[in-house]
Amino acid sequence: MDYTTTVLTGFVALYIFMLATFTGFEIIGRVPAILHTPLMSGSNFIHGIVVVGALWALLNATSVPEQIIGFVGVLLGAGNAAGGYVVTERMLQMFKPSNKSNKE
Amino acid sequence: MNAALLIDASYFIAAFLFIYGLKRMSSPLTARSGIVVAGAGMVLAVLASFLYTLDVSPAARPQLTTNLVLAVIALALGLGWAWRSGKKVAMTEMPQMVALYNGMGGGAAAAIAAIELIGYKTHGSVSLTLAVLGGVIGAVSLSGSLIAWAKLDGRINSTLRFSGLQAVNGSLLLLLLALGAYIVWHSGQVAMPVFAVFFALALLYGVMMTMPIGGADMPVVISLYNAFTGLAVGFEGYVLNNPALMIAGMVVGSAGSLLTLLMAKAMNRSVANVLFSNFGAASDDAQGEISGSQKPIDAADAGINMHYATKVIIAPGYGLAVAQAQHKLYELVKLLQDAGVEVKFAIHPVAGRMPGHMNVLLAEAGVPYDIIYDMEDINDEFKEADVAIVIGANDTVNPAARTNKSSPIYGMPVLNVDLAKQVYVVKRGQGKGYSGVENALFYADNTQMVYGDAQKVMVAMIQAIKSLGGGH
Repeated sequence: MDYTTTVLTGFVALYIFMLATFTGFEIIGRVPAILHTPLMSGSNFIHGIVVVGALWALLNATSVPEQIIGFVGVLLGAGNAAGGYVVTERMLQMFKPSNKSNKE
Repeated sequence: MNAALLIDASYFIAAFLFIYGLKRMSSPLTARSGIVVAGAGMVLAVLASFLYTLDVSPAARPQLTTNLVLAVIALALGLGWAWRSGKKVAMTEMPQMVALYNGMGGGAAAAIAAIELIGYKTHGSVSLTLAVLGGVIGAVSLSGSLIAWAKLDGRINSTLRFSGLQAVNGSLLLLLLALGAYIVWHSGQVAMPVFAVFFALALLYGVMMTMPIGGADMPVVISLYNAFTGLAVGFEGYVLNNPALMIAGMVVGSAGSLLTLLMAKAMNRSVANVLFSNFGAASDDAQGEISGSQKPIDAADAGINMHYATKVIIAPGYGLAVAQAQHKLYELVKLLQDAGVEVKFAIHPVAGRMPGHMNVLLAEAGVPYDIIYDMEDINDEFKEADVAIVIGANDTVNPAARTNKSSPIYGMPVLNVDLAKQVYVVKRGQGKGYSGVENALFYADNTQMVYGDAQKVMVAMIQAIKSLGGGH
């Protein structure tokens, strides 16, 4: 199978950015204030995907400074993803009783 | 099997799961499954990225084993630490943990930018510009979030303000942008110290930008930095030609921006107002105008007075949660209700540390929802209340925000507890609030202070009421 990874430059990238921006706006559109905290935490978790980029950078590091910065980058990114997940999950667990009493 | 195809397909699925998960999270009914869906996407993306080892650049091939070992160690350490700290942290301290994790994400984005720049790996002015921008935004988000974390965690209590701070920050930002433009102009072929100065300046700017902002405004600031990190991740995604980063980063960037606006709106402020209103304001002037003294009252006496009131409104703040007094408070509320007192809770939009935080804490203690009111729904009722009792809140009940234009918190909507016939303030000591502002409420003629740990005060009030022998 002959597959080479798609290169996303120029207008293709611009289209992705534009559509993603609208997607973000649409999703958050009308959220009750009570969910602001967990949602902030949830979106905080999602940008933890940065760990994937940091992994790539570290795996392709060629010098010691790059390896050090890459190591720190992966460490921080992994912390962002794991911490964001745990905290959001715990917070949303709390919302169970409130949902019931709201009878929504 | 083709590794590149597998990676790209995994990222596509991950991007779908992120957006779908976030969508589920935005409704109370489906919120809990949303995070699990997004989590599955994350696991998939991280596992897929290890396929990169099959296809690294020729220059990095000799180091591959070392790099792989480093990657696994870093991943394990970051994951292990964050997982443990996230499980352990108390609900009350959640906001600063979110700030901390967010700062880490910003730091990771800045690290990617740094590697790309110092390795002279990025070519083309668009890629370079985005690498530089993402680096700045990530670094600002890192140092800014750390300051926000330290402030909310009580590690930094001072708010840095001096006249001309805005000018200093403005020139700092200009210098930062000029240096960034210089790097792009020279196609990234500049000496190593330039990069070092560049990132150091970005980190400094994040500190300087966050230091003047008071604790009550921190939720908005954390949300803003959350959007910043998203943006930085999106930009670095372009540099790395990684669609998962581009999409997830941009979605969070825009969702986070909108969330920031919504939060600011819930506090009836603009984001610019939050960020810049405090700059150069001479807050000391405001404090000289307060006259009178703080009048203490015994917890038992205050409890008995509430027992004979008709209507009591409770304004809880973060201090209530710190003292773990929610359960005792609810016990007191039930005693008062048994005696025929009408009891209501008044929740400030940022009571606790973030919008909705106090609702979570009260729900945990079993307080039913129908006696909890949002600020706009209950603010007109304070003037009919016999007693308003403030527990561990400060800035959110400071009438100076309504009346004193020279106060740093002027313009922030507050609970009008000072309009009640009698105000009790349960407070540990005579300190100031997070914004560092003296509270005029504590000196008002109709205010009496109940000093002590909130939980002990609640117990004393409960005992006093019980000793009356069942009341009516």
